[in-house]
Amino acid sequence: MSDPTAAATAATQQAETSGADTREARPREASSIELKGLHKRFGKDTVALDGVDLTIEAGEFFTLLGPSGCGKTTLLRILAGLEAPNDGRLLIGGKDVTDTPPHRRSVNTVFQSYALFPHLSVRDNLAFGLRMRGEPAAERHRKVDEVAEFIQLGSLVERRVEQLSGGQKQRIALARALICEPDVLLLDEPLSALDAGLRSQLQVELQRLQKRLGMTFVFVTHDQDEAMVMSDRIAVLDGGIIQQVGTPNEVYEHPANAFVARFMGHDNLFAISASEDDWVDTELGRLRLDPAEQRDDQAGWLLIRPETLELDGEVPEGYNRLEGTVEERLYRGSRIEYRLSVNGRTLMAVASNLGQRMHDVGDRVTISVCPEDLVRVAA
Amino acid sequence: MVESSLLSSRRRAVVGETRHLLFSVAPGAVWIFVFLVLPSVYLMAVAFMTNGPYGLPQMPLSLDAFEQLAGFGFLGWSPGNLYTLLRSLWQTLVSTALVVVVAYPIAYYITTCREKWRPIMLLAVVVPSWTNQVIRTFGWMNLLAPGTPLSDLADSLGLIGPHMGLYPSNFAVTLGLVYNFLPFMVLPLYAAFEKLDVAQVQAAQDLYASPVRAFWHAVFPQTLPGLLAGTVLVAIPAFGMYVIPELLGGGKSMMLGNLVANQFAGGSNWPLGAAGAILMLLATFGGLYAMRRIGKRLGGGEEVVI
Repeated sequence: MSDPTAAATAATQQAETSGADTREARPREASSIELKGLHKRFGKDTVALDGVDLTIEAGEFFTLLGPSGCGKTTLLRILAGLEAPNDGRLLIGGKDVTDTPPHRRSVNTVFQSYALFPHLSVRDNLAFGLRMRGEPAAERHRKVDEVAEFIQLGSLVERRVEQLSGGQKQRIALARALICEPDVLLLDEPLSALDAGLRSQLQVELQRLQKRLGMTFVFVTHDQDEAMVMSDRIAVLDGGIIQQVGTPNEVYEHPANAFVARFMGHDNLFAISASEDDWVDTELGRLRLDPAEQRDDQAGWLLIRPETLELDGEVPEGYNRLEGTVEERLYRGSRIEYRLSVNGRTLMAVASNLGQRMHDVGDRVTISVCPEDLVRVAA
Repeated sequence: MVESSLLSSRRRAVVGETRHLLFSVAPGAVWIFVFLVLPSVYLMAVAFMTNGPYGLPQMPLSLDAFEQLAGFGFLGWSPGNLYTLLRSLWQTLVSTALVVVVAYPIAYYITTCREKWRPIMLLAVVVPSWTNQVIRTFGWMNLLAPGTPLSDLADSLGLIGPHMGLYPSNFAVTLGLVYNFLPFMVLPLYAAFEKLDVAQVQAAQDLYASPVRAFWHAVFPQTLPGLLAGTVLVAIPAFGMYVIPELLGGGKSMMLGNLVANQFAGGSNWPLGAAGAILMLLATFGGLYAMRRIGKRLGGGEEVVI
């Protein structure tokens, strides 16, 4: 413990934990993560990470989002120590752990396949990390009972792993990592194997749990809805490069480039052919937008979020006005999606289902959109 | 009336089923009876008979053969047969243990290879056993004989006396057994490793287990069925091995198999040979029983089937 700040941190932690109730001592000192110029190659020419610089704050719910093969899982495995970077440094809680093997890092992982040990009971699975750390048997027993109660699976601890359902396995995998009280918890698409209902329920539970524990969570997913629901901040990756880091609404409403926009589910991207002051020329025609949105380069894309389009009635003063035809209507219950044809281009619009008259396929509609809702996106 | 017809129809069904069973099982049962049960009964009978002047069994029934097996001859007691038994047990134990130590890394390594290479590597493990055992053993004789590079190396290291050669010796027999039985351990271990999820090893390391402890606590227990199956496949034939001790032991390292064979061939004492065979059978059954117990213990209550 050569670092004086680290020693001080440890001292405060000690003071905290020696307080009345150790359980109440949490949220404890969480750890920040710093990635500096991380590179990772597999074989000769597969680049998994191509220079990743990133700071994850202590106590943050941070999500790595991207399509398969974007490098998000590799990045998570480097955090866990299961993969070594070819270049760059990794700091957890201010300490360089780049060369620290996984079993010496205060980092635990919830694996996508759960990776529970089939030859051990649920209890022995939960206690595995504590046992490897050399905690006494009585202590292990107490902590397992406590954590099993916490995840509401107290009645299952003596069972065998293969007797559990998918959702139960998922909870056990989570509890097996949490019981070690790591500085950082890594979650590798832990919900991907579950059905939709259970998944959305667990998304909320996980997010609440993280807030309660105040632990740093790094979550990997390819599902942008999941990322937005749960995260404090999101990093969108593609081709081993971080495309954008931001809060869910920054990433969704102001994507840094066309890739992020498309990945966040935006369909309405239109190439810009010319722009000046407060207007841009696109395939849809000339549209007015906020001059603050203007950029130096002429190229790029205009993003129109489908929920900002108004299909009914008057076009307010200063709003953009477009004429189109309804090509397709999708009834989604709470909302209605329209595929519109404007100047031979497809434009998606979403209307909340407030009981208004729905437009039929073939209807001519007048579309209005506020200039402030238009976003310029880099190529 | 209705009841009785119901009963009779059920009886007819049972009879039909029995007949069906009889037809399907009978060929196997006959085979086992003719080629296993009858010879075993015959062997037992021979063991309790007296040795005739030409080495063939004859009446009256006696325990002579077992007394001779225990070492009592007309010159009093000699420990020769006891040594042979102990040597057999020891050779089996040592060579099985060495086979395990060598086979684990090989089996693990093959599972880490790319999928298209695995069959080829497994083939490489198995192919040597397609050559006749006698020929392979002769090959080892040539490699280990006095004056060969390996023997000279051992000589210069002071491991053996000058001009002794590594063959014939107990060491050569052990080496021959390990070499011969390696594939029988690699294959079941490979099957066990292949079923293992790599993520579990990583999970163990993630949960503060060093690589060695990750192997011991997460991997090893899951390969136990393969290990026990391999042990049975190696230890039982090794215990009764005839060719390897005969050729590589040079008469100095006789095992139980050689003792039995000699009684039926050279020494010509069929009752003694039969008694030796029965001893081998009993030892094998004892070994299997012990393995089952161990399997149950280590399998955490779940039976590891052999």
